[in-house]
Amino acid sequence: MSIRFFLICILSLLLPLGSATAALTINITEGVEGALPIAIVPFGQETAVPEDIAAIVASDLRRSGRFAPLPERDLLARPHAAAEVNFGDWRALGTDNLVVGNIRAIGPGQYEVRFELFDVFRGAQLTGYRFTSGAQELRTVAHQISDIIYETLTGQPGAFNTRIGYVTASGAKRGQTYSLQVADSDGYNSQTILTSKQPILSPAWSPDGTRLAYLSFENRRQQIYVQDVSSGRRDLVASYPGLNGAPAFSPDGRRLAMTLSKDGNPEIYVLNLASKALTRLTTNAAIDTEPTWSPDGNALVFTSDRGGRPQLYRMSSSGGTAQRITFEGDYNAKGVFSPNGDMLAMIQGQGSTYRIAVQNIQSGEVRVLTDRSLDESPSFAPNGSMILYATNEGAQGELAAVSIDGRVRQSLVLQEGDVREAVWSPFGRKLTVNSTFNQP
Amino acid sequence: MKVFTKLLFIALSAILMFGCASKTPKGGAKVDDLNANNGVTTDGTQQGGVGGDPYSDPSSALYNQKRVVYFDLDSTEVTQSDRPTISAHAKYLAGNSGQTVSLEGHADERGSREYNLALGERRSNAVRQLLLAEGVAANQIQTISYGEEKPAETGHDEDAWQYNRRVEFVYGAR
Repeated sequence: MSIRFFLICILSLLLPLGSATAALTINITEGVEGALPIAIVPFGQETAVPEDIAAIVASDLRRSGRFAPLPERDLLARPHAAAEVNFGDWRALGTDNLVVGNIRAIGPGQYEVRFELFDVFRGAQLTGYRFTSGAQELRTVAHQISDIIYETLTGQPGAFNTRIGYVTASGAKRGQTYSLQVADSDGYNSQTILTSKQPILSPAWSPDGTRLAYLSFENRRQQIYVQDVSSGRRDLVASYPGLNGAPAFSPDGRRLAMTLSKDGNPEIYVLNLASKALTRLTTNAAIDTEPTWSPDGNALVFTSDRGGRPQLYRMSSSGGTAQRITFEGDYNAKGVFSPNGDMLAMIQGQGSTYRIAVQNIQSGEVRVLTDRSLDESPSFAPNGSMILYATNEGAQGELAAVSIDGRVRQSLVLQEGDVREAVWSPFGRKLTVNSTFNQP
Repeated sequence: MKVFTKLLFIALSAILMFGCASKTPKGGAKVDDLNANNGVTTDGTQQGGVGGDPYSDPSSALYNQKRVVYFDLDSTEVTQSDRPTISAHAKYLAGNSGQTVSLEGHADERGSREYNLALGERRSNAVRQLLLAEGVAANQIQTISYGEEKPAETGHDEDAWQYNRRVEFVYGAR
């Protein structure tokens, strides 16, 4: 038996073990002062249910840094429906809001999940929903409940029912195994998209969250693949001599911007995924790379060193002249638009520190959000509230997230090995809500 | 079970590393260690090609020759002190028209990964141009950039970075 075969056997043994628990552990390192107290009562259930919905919701809300869920031992009562709630109890505890719910088996592996959110001081229901779900979808239901609670109480959409794509590297330095993974935004349900003995880079989500484009060295050259996340089926979309990298889906999902150096040096191209027509957008002796689409699809921002050091430039998504848009810091690269298009996140280098900065598109104002010296690969949460990025100072590469206002910070640590480049998915698939219901 | 498989994995990784390292002659210098980087692969696509490894053949003009050239920060210019290394490789290739070399460009870890890929490509192209100028045929040279993905040294300071901004000459990689 060859060592290679042996390794594959060992790896296949290891993989299922890894996904039984959270692959990524997410810790709040800095929260908002005065996070909103909320009581989340364990949901009522008559039969055993495979997931603890209330615990998942509490963990989601705590992770956001904006809520302080009451520890379970401090709960005064265990109501499961409005009729069982004594608001006076909860007022005495000083919690502003209360979540109760119930799970009922309605068939083999089928559940009905019902929850209500109350304003404790007004003694009134704020919202209530009922879902039906298979056992496999209960975590998704929990994240969707977190989204509803978050939006009801903060006025902004939640981004809990989303996923993260990320690249890991593990094993000895000279024989690393690279892997592209997708996990729920809380680090659970990790799924291996690709495993390779050669580097994998630059994962990018399709706007509908069903496909990932990435750069793989698996054939000892750079190639761009587009892979369907649920089926695993993939298409090789670029395999030209030289660089094939930096894939970025257009907002309509039909085109892929990328960097190719087949014509001599790195230039930005756009590939029509259906017709395979390839259009070259830049013509410059400098390095042009890392295209990112404005949310309306009309503009591309990219990294270029045409002025000496790398800076960000903006041009029409049909090509033409490019305008430099970054002027602070001696290095600006890897620009990425916020979901609503009013900000641009980037890696900003000043001397030998490289940090994540955001630039307001209208005013040009720049704010540096991170505080270490090797921060890279920014990616916005689909609600624009947080930026996920990679940081690489210690023995292990880690991911971190910071809120746009800089007040909430999280670290995302892999159980073992390095985690690098991560990309936050667009909003997730919504399960059908059967009905909303209100207090009689 | 989990602990056992992990230990087995670590043991196998060690065997794999040792197995590959032993293929490369020990020259004592840092540059010799670097080439072990290119030997470690279980994907089977890099087998010894035409001509084998000239570094380990005492009759080759490249025996004990430097196989890596280094670059300054954000620079793609080959330094004067590395020009004799380039010339030695050019002479060898020009005299062995059946031999091919892969120029693997690398960057240090600072900044963005894709920009570093572009920088690594520019460095390998700079070496390629010098080889062409010294009479090597274009079809003997291929280039690939790994950017910051395969550092020779894993530290996070200039002590490591200076060894990571480099182009490696890899023979028989086709």
